[in-house]
Amino acid sequence: MTTHALPAAADLEVRRAPAARHRFVAVGRTLVRRLVDIAVVLFASATLVFVMLQLMPGEPEDVLLRGIFEITPAVRAEVIQDYGLDRPVLLQYGQYLLGILQGDLGASYQIRKPVTEIIAANIGNTAALAGAGLALAIAMATLIALVSAGRGALASLVTQAVELLAISVPSFWIGLLLLTAFSFAIPIFPSSGADGPLALVLPAVTLAIPLTGVLSQILRERMDEALDLPFVTTVRTRGAGEFRVRVRHVLRHAVLPALTFSGAVLGSLLIGTAVIETLFARPGLGRVLLNAVIAGDIPLIMGVIVFGAVLFVVINSLVDVLATAVDPRLRIEAGVS
Amino acid sequence: MVVSAAALQTGLVRSRPFPGGTVVAVVAGAVLLVIVALAIAPGLFVQVDPLAADPTRTLQPPGDGHPLGTDQLGRDVWARVVHGAQASLLLGVGAVLVSLTGGIVIGVVAGLSRGAADRVLSRGLDILFAFPDLLIAIVLVALLGVSLPTLLIAIGIGAIPGYARILRSQVQLVRSAGYVEAARGIGVPGILVAVRHIVPNAIGPLLVLATIGVGTAIISASALSFVGLGAQPPTPEWGLMLSESRNYLGLAPWLGIWPGVFLAVTVIAINVVGRRLQRRFVSGAAR
Repeated sequence: MTTHALPAAADLEVRRAPAARHRFVAVGRTLVRRLVDIAVVLFASATLVFVMLQLMPGEPEDVLLRGIFEITPAVRAEVIQDYGLDRPVLLQYGQYLLGILQGDLGASYQIRKPVTEIIAANIGNTAALAGAGLALAIAMATLIALVSAGRGALASLVTQAVELLAISVPSFWIGLLLLTAFSFAIPIFPSSGADGPLALVLPAVTLAIPLTGVLSQILRERMDEALDLPFVTTVRTRGAGEFRVRVRHVLRHAVLPALTFSGAVLGSLLIGTAVIETLFARPGLGRVLLNAVIAGDIPLIMGVIVFGAVLFVVINSLVDVLATAVDPRLRIEAGVS
Repeated sequence: MVVSAAALQTGLVRSRPFPGGTVVAVVAGAVLLVIVALAIAPGLFVQVDPLAADPTRTLQPPGDGHPLGTDQLGRDVWARVVHGAQASLLLGVGAVLVSLTGGIVIGVVAGLSRGAADRVLSRGLDILFAFPDLLIAIVLVALLGVSLPTLLIAIGIGAIPGYARILRSQVQLVRSAGYVEAARGIGVPGILVAVRHIVPNAIGPLLVLATIGVGTAIISASALSFVGLGAQPPTPEWGLMLSESRNYLGLAPWLGIWPGVFLAVTVIAINVVGRRLQRRFVSGAAR
């Protein structure tokens, strides 16, 4: 790895580089670098969360003792022993790390179930929401960008205004308005739960609106740039129509930054959906985390965050590897040219 | 939700000039001034106590002494919306000050360090930056407990990596400039060079982004209040008001409208002004 003094935007900038031949080597190097990242993030997030939650005010057994009428010293001692809270901190930390490596994130204080079980039970709903929201955003953004790129000042102004609205207006308020309109005023969609595809519509639209705002900006900017490049003229002289020029040639220039952004968003969505899940009273991982924070359920908070962090890095790494495989210009960064 | 500032920071989105931009920015600035006035002196705009409940007049529609109606406890919605400006602006500006302070310290250290230290710092910042601000904020709220000061600090810290990254790259551009070399050459101590010469010349883009950061922080704060990790009842705070309206949408839809309108208008105004500043002071220099 070399250090370079590139500006912050460099990661996602389009670079000029000689054509590379060694596709597999490049992809392999990116893969190895990313695997190291994943290990580092797993270890660092587990450690960080462990240390932070040790610093949390109050004794952990207080949460466990909630709801018990008579808290005698004997009961307290028993609970402390049961959950191993009397062990030295270093030992607890070691056992926690060891557990993670074996896929064991401990047991929730509140729900009294293994954390992995709780995550497994909720990940499906959150993934459905995140997937539907992102897919919708990609479809809408592509459409907007295809139609509006290179169309002169007025179209640019209108799309910019819409995009500004989409990213400035808090999405939970948009969701609240959608809920008022299509769940209460005109009862089409259910106002809570995750049963059936109908219950997915409003949350997915709510999630998609701000993402569409940013994605369409990214796509449109790149397409605007690409439309001025000489190869477009070449394609046009070969008799390609406007539709073909835009869809087959110009759009490709915009795909990579959009892909990187989508990956980052998808990774963070699994936590970021918390607000929308709360609004639509929809079961999911985000809500599990929020409830755990409110209840002070330490193992559950740790488990969800470590899981979320690793998932985040894994998805971003996949995107990175994919991008290296797709775009020859990125191979130079992997050290192969 | 919090994507706008992040997208701007990564350079994925560049704002470009358009006709009439100045007029729009002036209007947005005027709107912002009004919001600031609401925050500083809400008493000038509304005489009703935002906390005064009236059990005989709950969920009244707008009109009849209550221009925006009353909520589930019979409190005046207009009074609560006006008083809500204070919490949001304080949280937004306060959180950005926290991010700026942390971002400047870490960014300068990272920008000036070389070799292994630089690699570790910048890689660490990259990884932290990649994590959603809101996640970092939620962890901190879990650690520090639920309250408004906690929320301010949590959101501020959550955004530090983004600010630090920008300053780091700016410092790296500036540190090899002629005047810095000259200052070093005549024997000015390192710390003094950093404080007197490098920081003032590197900090411009950061300050402009901080403007947009206020809007992002306001949205984060209201979102966390909305899910119960921020302002607690009976505080008049826009996110919390929207959260409370959730149970009465069928009966009293107006409860879910006005706090959102104020929130949205505030953030839009901040973003418009911020982008104008960015176009004016950053893009020209960067491109």
